[in-house]
Amino acid sequence: MALDKNGIAKRIAQELQDGWYVNLGIGIPTLVANYIPEGIEVEFQSENGVLGMGPFPFDGEEDPDLINAGKQTITTRDGASFFDSATSFAMIRGQHVQLTVLGAMEVSQNGDIANWKIPGKMVKGMGGAMDLVASAENIIVAMMHRNKAGESKILKACTLPLTGVGCVKKVVTELAVMEIKEGKFYLLERAPGVSVEEIIAKTEGDLVVPDIVPEMNLN
Amino acid sequence: MNKVVKNPALALAGITDGMTLMVGGFGLCGIPENSIAQLVQMGVKNLTCISNNAGVDDFGLGLLLQGKQVKKMISSYVGENDEFERQMLSGELEVGLIPQGSLAERCRAGGAGIPAFFTPAGYGTEVAEGKEVRMFNGKPHILESALTADYAIVKAWKGDTEGNLIYKATARNFNPMMAMAGKITIAEVEELVPAGTLDPNQIHTPGIFVQRIFKGEKFEKRIEQRTVRPKN
Repeated sequence: MALDKNGIAKRIAQELQDGWYVNLGIGIPTLVANYIPEGIEVEFQSENGVLGMGPFPFDGEEDPDLINAGKQTITTRDGASFFDSATSFAMIRGQHVQLTVLGAMEVSQNGDIANWKIPGKMVKGMGGAMDLVASAENIIVAMMHRNKAGESKILKACTLPLTGVGCVKKVVTELAVMEIKEGKFYLLERAPGVSVEEIIAKTEGDLVVPDIVPEMNLN
Repeated sequence: MNKVVKNPALALAGITDGMTLMVGGFGLCGIPENSIAQLVQMGVKNLTCISNNAGVDDFGLGLLLQGKQVKKMISSYVGENDEFERQMLSGELEVGLIPQGSLAERCRAGGAGIPAFFTPAGYGTEVAEGKEVRMFNGKPHILESALTADYAIVKAWKGDTEGNLIYKATARNFNPMMAMAGKITIAEVEELVPAGTLDPNQIHTPGIFVQRIFKGEKFEKRIEQRTVRPKN
């Protein structure tokens, strides 16, 4: 069965390594924080100026001066720090953040990503996405395999205005885990009960499929 | 050097039609509420506002948009404001969108006397159109120029009579760089204390960057996305 958003987040959480600083984008990526594997310690950076984010505050304990990049009220963990926006993006551009997880409208087989603008629709802006994708060494995209019209979002070439070029390393969807290398998608894992044929049918980009594709282990 | 002015009217004196203003804040967090209210009252028009966001319809910079006081907005993300959308789509409002890290660094560069810098952000996208591209360490970068403003308006938690500032939590955001990049920088603070009260070790913005400081009368500190978990 295809994964739900929490399933995607849970699978991405398995990529976390002890000691990493991680930036999570808005949407599915935010959910990754709920599934940190036992025994490892990571710190979450939010580009509006905080390292060491904790859970959402208890009702009545919100602090309007303490928010994340999605403008949600948050708390901090022991050892947290605050900093200005230039310092925050120095962490990102300077590759001090080990992993960036973000959503996308389209991803192409050479690692291009489009996630900020749909021509003809209201343009809200790129926020920090362009800085994040241009600099992060390790970018995982969390997304649905197809759009609401049923069209594949895993493409030979992006059709929407780009956010960054040649930057995405891995994509996790409700159907599959795919790596991007040498201008192709490589199918690494499939969601429990999802067939390779279904993934092939719903992928527009070139997909390399090994003889055996293991199911994701989400337990 | 005493930089204290009595009220927002005196603090913002000299701001006239057509000027470029930097306004601190991220979303509604750490915005100079009292100064924005004063700008509404002054009715100055044709402003170019450099600010990460554009407020919401009835708060923050959205208040200036309601009064059609803004000619051009330079931001990284502007999604939370219907009037903004209406003015942008009708062509009344000019909008320049800049990647957030580039916006922060362009303000910092403006304040630091660095006219331009290369960054990888935006390479291969429409942000790079018309900009010089150069390879460093085998990777393409684009040339981004510094930003300055006639006036920078920032908000801090504590300030002293010398203009030294301390920010609280994530209300710091763009305020320190914008304080550096204003020809005249106005700081509104929640607590204004005599020089010597704040620990020099803890100052975020040294007073040299601040020309005028005043204590804000009240701070609503509206929350954009109140997100909580239930108490068990």
